[in-house]
Amino acid sequence: MLELNAINSGYGETQVLYGMSLCAQQGRVLAVLGRNGAGKSTTLKTIMGLLPTRSGEIRFEGKPIAKRSFDIAKAGIAYVPETRDIFPSLSVRENLEIAAKRFGGDGADWTFERVLDLFPRLGERLDNGGAQLSGGEQQMLAIARALLMNPRLLILDEPTEGLAPIIVKLIHDKLQELKAEGLSMVLVEQNFGFATSLADDVVVVSKGQVVWTGSAQDIRADEEAQHKWLGV
Amino acid sequence: MTIDLGFWTLQTLNALQLSMLLFLLSVGLTVIFGLMHFVNLAHGALYALGAYFAASLAAVGGYWMGFFLAPVAVAGVGVLLYTGLIQRMRKSGPMAQVLVTFGLIFALLDLTRIFWGDLALAIEVPGILSGRLAFLGVEYPTYRLFIIVLGTAIFAALSLVLSRTQIGAMIRAGVDNDAMAACLGINVERLFFIVFCVGCALAGLAGAVAAPLLSVTPEMGLQILIPTLIVIVIGGLGSLKGAIAGSLIYGFVQTFGAVLAPQLASVLIYALLAAVLVIKPVGLFPAKG
Repeated sequence: MLELNAINSGYGETQVLYGMSLCAQQGRVLAVLGRNGAGKSTTLKTIMGLLPTRSGEIRFEGKPIAKRSFDIAKAGIAYVPETRDIFPSLSVRENLEIAAKRFGGDGADWTFERVLDLFPRLGERLDNGGAQLSGGEQQMLAIARALLMNPRLLILDEPTEGLAPIIVKLIHDKLQELKAEGLSMVLVEQNFGFATSLADDVVVVSKGQVVWTGSAQDIRADEEAQHKWLGV
Repeated sequence: MTIDLGFWTLQTLNALQLSMLLFLLSVGLTVIFGLMHFVNLAHGALYALGAYFAASLAAVGGYWMGFFLAPVAVAGVGVLLYTGLIQRMRKSGPMAQVLVTFGLIFALLDLTRIFWGDLALAIEVPGILSGRLAFLGVEYPTYRLFIIVLGTAIFAALSLVLSRTQIGAMIRAGVDNDAMAACLGINVERLFFIVFCVGCALAGLAGAVAAPLLSVTPEMGLQILIPTLIVIVIGGLGSLKGAIAGSLIYGFVQTFGAVLAPQLASVLIYALLAAVLVIKPVGLFPAKG
C-alpha cells in the first residue's frame, strides 16, 4: 500500500534518513520502532511531504506519491503528528469540521457523530478552544480529526507520548477497534508493549535506515534484537 | 482653548476616522504576515496606488467609480506582485523579503511619478457625502463619518468571515500551523493568494477613501507605512483583533496627543510602542498565543 524505496531525507543541511526502505501492507498495522533520533518521525514527515526527499521514491497504492502535503492528504493519508498540532485558535468543533467538510461527503465512513461515539469525551468539549484541552483530549482530537478525513492509511507519531497510563489504554483500545475494521496504519512508537500488541508487522530503525524487519511476534521473541536496537 | 463636551466628541471622531483608515491598511498587512510569514513593506505603496487609481477613475466616472474600481485595480497589481515576486520569495527568509519589498516601494514610487507626475491630485467628495452633519452636538464632515462607518462595517464583515465561516476557520488554522493545515488537505498556497489579494484590495480601498482627505502624492505610501507598522506591532501579528486594537490605540494617542500635548505628540506614540514591546513583546493580541 505504502512503499519507501531508498529514501534520503532530512532537515536543511542535516541528513537524517539514509536509504530508508519500508513497506506498509493494506489492512495491516506497521510499527516503526527505534531509539530517539533514529529517524522515525522524519520518516513520517517525509511521507507527508513536510520534508523534501533528496533521492529515492515513495509509492502510495502503486503510484508515486504527490509532492505537496495537501495532495498527499487528498490521496488518502491522514497524519497524527507527535505534537498533535491541534489548532489553538479553533474550537474543538471547528478542528473536527475542518477535516469533515473536506472529506465528509455522502456515504463517508467516518462522520461527526461516529467520531464522537468513538471519543465521547470530545462531545463534552465541542465548544472549548483547541488550546484548552488536556494532553489526552488533544490526542483524541488529533485521531478523531484524522479519521474524519476518511483515510485509507492512518499514520501516527507516538500517540502515547506523555499520556497517563489510563489514557494510553484508552487510545490502545480505540486503535485496536480501528485495526479490527481493517484500517491500514503506520505507527511510530517508543512504547514497545503498546506498539507490538497493536502491530502486525514491525520494522526497527537505526541511524536513518531499517535494521530489522519481521512480525510483532518475532520481535517480542527476539530479545537480542530488542536489546541491541531498542535497549528494552 | 475651550475644552467642553463638543471638543471631546470632535476629537474622538477624528481619532476614530484616523483609526479606521489605519485599520483598512494594517488588517491586510498583519494577516498576510501571520499567514504567510511574509514581510510586505510595499503595502503602503499599494495604498498610494489605490489613491491614484481612484483619482484617475474619479476624473472619468466620478467618485464612486474610483471607490469601487480602485480596490479591484490594486488587487490586480497584487496578483502581478504575487505571481512575479512573492511566490518565488516565500522561502527566501525575511531579510531578502524586506530588501525586495523595500525596493518595490521605490520602484512603485517612480512608476506613479512617471504615470501621474509629481503634482498632487485632488478628488472631489461626492455630493451626498459632502457637507456636514450635526452629530452629538457637533458639526462633523459627512465624509469623515462615512470613513468611520465604512471601517466599522469592514471590521464587522471580516470578523464575521473569520469567526463564522469555513474559509475563516481555514485561515485561522493556516495562521496557527500551516504545515498541519496542509496535512488536512487545505491548499495553503491558494489560501495565501486569496488573502494576499484581499489585503491588497483593502489597501487600495484605504487609498481611495483617503484620497479626498489628503492630497494624492507619490510619497503618501511611505508616510503611511510607519504608522501601519506601529499598529501591527502594538496589536500583535496576524490577528484581526490586534489590527483593530492597534489602530484604535494609534488613532487616539496620535489625535489626542496632538491637541492635548502638542510638544509631546510625535514622541508619544513611539514611547507607547516601546512600552508595549517591553511589557508584551509579541503585541497585545497576537494570533499565536
